[in-house]
Amino acid sequence: MVIYGVALLSFCMLAGVILGELLGRLIGIEANIGGVGIAMLLLVLLSDQLKKSFKLGDITEKGITFWSAVYIPIVVAMAAKQNVIAALEGGMVAILAGGLAVLLSFLMVPILSRIGKK
Amino acid sequence: MNLLEIFESVFARNGIITAFLFVGIMVWFSYFLSEKFTKGRLHGSAIAIMLGLILAYWGGVITGGKQGLADISFLSGVGILGGAMFRDFAIVATAYGINTSELKKAGLAGVLSLFIGVLLSFVVGAYIAFVFGYTDPVSMTTIGAGAVTYIVGPVTGSALGAESDVIALSVAAGLIKSMLVMISTPLVASYIGLNNPRSALIYGGLMGTTSGVAAGLAATDPKLVPYGAMTATFYTGLGCLLAPSVLFLVIKLLH
Repeated sequence: MVIYGVALLSFCMLAGVILGELLGRLIGIEANIGGVGIAMLLLVLLSDQLKKSFKLGDITEKGITFWSAVYIPIVVAMAAKQNVIAALEGGMVAILAGGLAVLLSFLMVPILSRIGKK
Repeated sequence: MNLLEIFESVFARNGIITAFLFVGIMVWFSYFLSEKFTKGRLHGSAIAIMLGLILAYWGGVITGGKQGLADISFLSGVGILGGAMFRDFAIVATAYGINTSELKKAGLAGVLSLFIGVLLSFVVGAYIAFVFGYTDPVSMTTIGAGAVTYIVGPVTGSALGAESDVIALSVAAGLIKSMLVMISTPLVASYIGLNNPRSALIYGGLMGTTSGVAAGLAATDPKLVPYGAMTATFYTGLGCLLAPSVLFLVIKLLH
């Protein structure tokens, strides 16, 4: 049943976000710490577990893979709702602060990729 | 009631369905442009994201709102489809089929990249703030936090009691960062070796802006999305933790 897949995905997301929220409160900040990341780990672990104990049916699987497949259109919609004007209104300070942060971070990717690689 | 009003009201009442159709047409058009003019070299999804940003600018100009295209009444569904709820749901879904051994191998480098990423962006932002005359510790910290992400900026700013124009600047810096990451990732990917799960994990930790990373990787190679998103989603939390506390103290001491 396709709903089983969607429900499993929903469970993981809600559980992850709740845990992320709790983690934030625990440290004393008003922010969700890694809720989505925790949800992703949960989905990986649970689907692995379920695959071992009984087969996650093809159709059930589609309830998850559909959402993974509509990821790009969702991201396009996200781009279309950005506050581009507010970004540009920040002027040079915002452009330089944001721009240099991006540039330097890009440069660090190959450096960090090399560290600890065997 | 004329025909146009009927269209508008049906579209507005069925917002998310309208968004599916609208985004579908946008993506189709973008892939068409990609094939026709770049022979597929610039990914269709990269073009779609740029097109989205241009339309968002246009939406902001004609409505004066904050939500880009989604402020146009009959396109309000774009705001729901592109909102945090669906974005996060789809990101979690991409984790299905993730290679756990890749995750374990690059785990430590991923954590390291998170700390370096937050620190690097913060220092750059705070330095630029200083250069432009925002020399008090609260403003420097707030703008530095904005260069981390557009959520860390205002969270830090309000915790430290920053002026509202400084908070607005920090949000602007974060938005610039996120949009630049969206646009430039597919263009620089080959130069920085962003073509495997390991570097994607590190990239996510360094850039950190969830929306930027989500869109940037989608336009580069969708297979890398879960790895980058996994680390990026911890970044804002880490920033909210470090910026108003440790990083603020360091700035204050240096002052």
